[in-house]
Amino acid sequence: MTQAAVQVLNLVRSYEGKRVLDGLSLDIRPGEFVALLGRSGSGKSTLLRALAGLDHDVTGSGEVHVPEKVSVVFQDSRLLPWKHVLDNVVLGLSAPDPKALGRKALAEVGLTGRETAWPNELSGGEQQRVALARSLVHDPELLLADEPFGALDALTRIRMHDLLRRLCDLHKPAVLLVTHDVDEAIELADRIVILEQGRLLTEKTVPLAKGERTQLRLDLLGHLGIGAEQVAL
Amino acid sequence: MTEDPPQTAVKAGPSAPTHRRLSLKRGRAYGWVLGPVLLLAFWSLGASLGWIDSRILPAPWVAVTTGVRLIAEGRLLPNALVSAQRAGTGLCCGILAGLGLALYSGLTRTGGYLIDGLVQIKRSIPIFALMPFFMLWFGIGETMKATVIAVAVFYPVYIHTHNALRSIDLRYVELAETLRLSYAQFLRHIVLPGALPGFLLGLRFAIVGAWLSVIVVEQTNATRGIGYMVNLAINYAQTDVMLVGLVLYAALGVASDCSVRLLQGRLLSWQRTLAG
Repeated sequence: MTQAAVQVLNLVRSYEGKRVLDGLSLDIRPGEFVALLGRSGSGKSTLLRALAGLDHDVTGSGEVHVPEKVSVVFQDSRLLPWKHVLDNVVLGLSAPDPKALGRKALAEVGLTGRETAWPNELSGGEQQRVALARSLVHDPELLLADEPFGALDALTRIRMHDLLRRLCDLHKPAVLLVTHDVDEAIELADRIVILEQGRLLTEKTVPLAKGERTQLRLDLLGHLGIGAEQVAL
Repeated sequence: MTEDPPQTAVKAGPSAPTHRRLSLKRGRAYGWVLGPVLLLAFWSLGASLGWIDSRILPAPWVAVTTGVRLIAEGRLLPNALVSAQRAGTGLCCGILAGLGLALYSGLTRTGGYLIDGLVQIKRSIPIFALMPFFMLWFGIGETMKATVIAVAVFYPVYIHTHNALRSIDLRYVELAETLRLSYAQFLRHIVLPGALPGFLLGLRFAIVGAWLSVIVVEQTNATRGIGYMVNLAINYAQTDVMLVGLVLYAALGVASDCSVRLLQGRLLSWQRTLAG
């Protein structure tokens, strides 16, 4: 068996008596970009929180193996409003010269010159770019992203897709992206996994050819309960 | 960033209906001065026209002339200093105790169980109702006075700091976990800066409480202090000295509140970007 970056085996998670994850297994290879689709309540966030080690007070069983260095990007940028942008980026970073690394990370997301701005002074897109810089400065082997672009406008979203793609090519972490957006998943991921009622419903490798992608989109939407007659092409 | 409104929006024509504004207009700097100035003008007018009997309320300038006289006689400043010292001692002790216990009960479960319930129960007993007991326990000297002031300061500091500590956004706690902050780092970067606005708010209430209790304790067996000076003036019906005491309390109260607000502005400059 090849060395997987993430290994989830028979994972069960229950919350208030309800099974949110029901025997889920999933592997992610190093450097692989996996998008996790599913309807609300399908267990996407629970899986991500399990991988992030954030599921305190949750009962369950199964095995989760994640790499040493994991970074999380949340739906909100979650910047500390009382810290300057650069101090937010280097929060918890133990390195010989954290500020230099932080500046480099800010440069990578195109925010050179905003080091001493307060988070409140930035636009939503800029805040999310700072959050990206904060997660990448730790040089993660696994990047967990929970609908990171959900709160952004359509144009900013497109720019953020490009940015994330570029940064992932550069740093090559394994990525698990939770999203509602089928097009975002096709655009960004190597592989798409659909969750339903805490189980893996299906998984698809994203093809490169445009025509095949259109078909994939229809398939995915079908799995999410949206028929072909409802889809605008 | 000030943007000129487009020309069409300026004219309220049928093509561009401007709705009636329901929000307040932009405020003026120092607008809050209006009320005090009007009151002062009314008071001066009443005093100079003889509408207000000077035995009931002396004219506002009497506060100044009497104040100058009291300073010249060496009565005002020593008394003011004693009162300020009392307030200062009580404030320091009360803030230290409030902050310390709030941290213990806000940051640990045990501390919360031990302290918070007690504080909530004790809070419903007015501090001045406890004064007879304090006299029994601490006598009627400075110790009792300092204790009363410190207790009055303790509550707002404790309650606002504890509340701020316990209402730190859970999202930031998650962030700290994913960034693998140590507990010390978590306290330093997230909890303490996050609770600082609450602590400073408590401090503002605490200062009001400190001056209020200074006034009350100085009615009891004091031989120095503004309260003592005023008490003496009451006995001799010196309304002008009573008025000076009142003005002094107001000045000291406003000055200390301003200094905390200055501190707030300094320490919470990240908040100012929102207020504009």
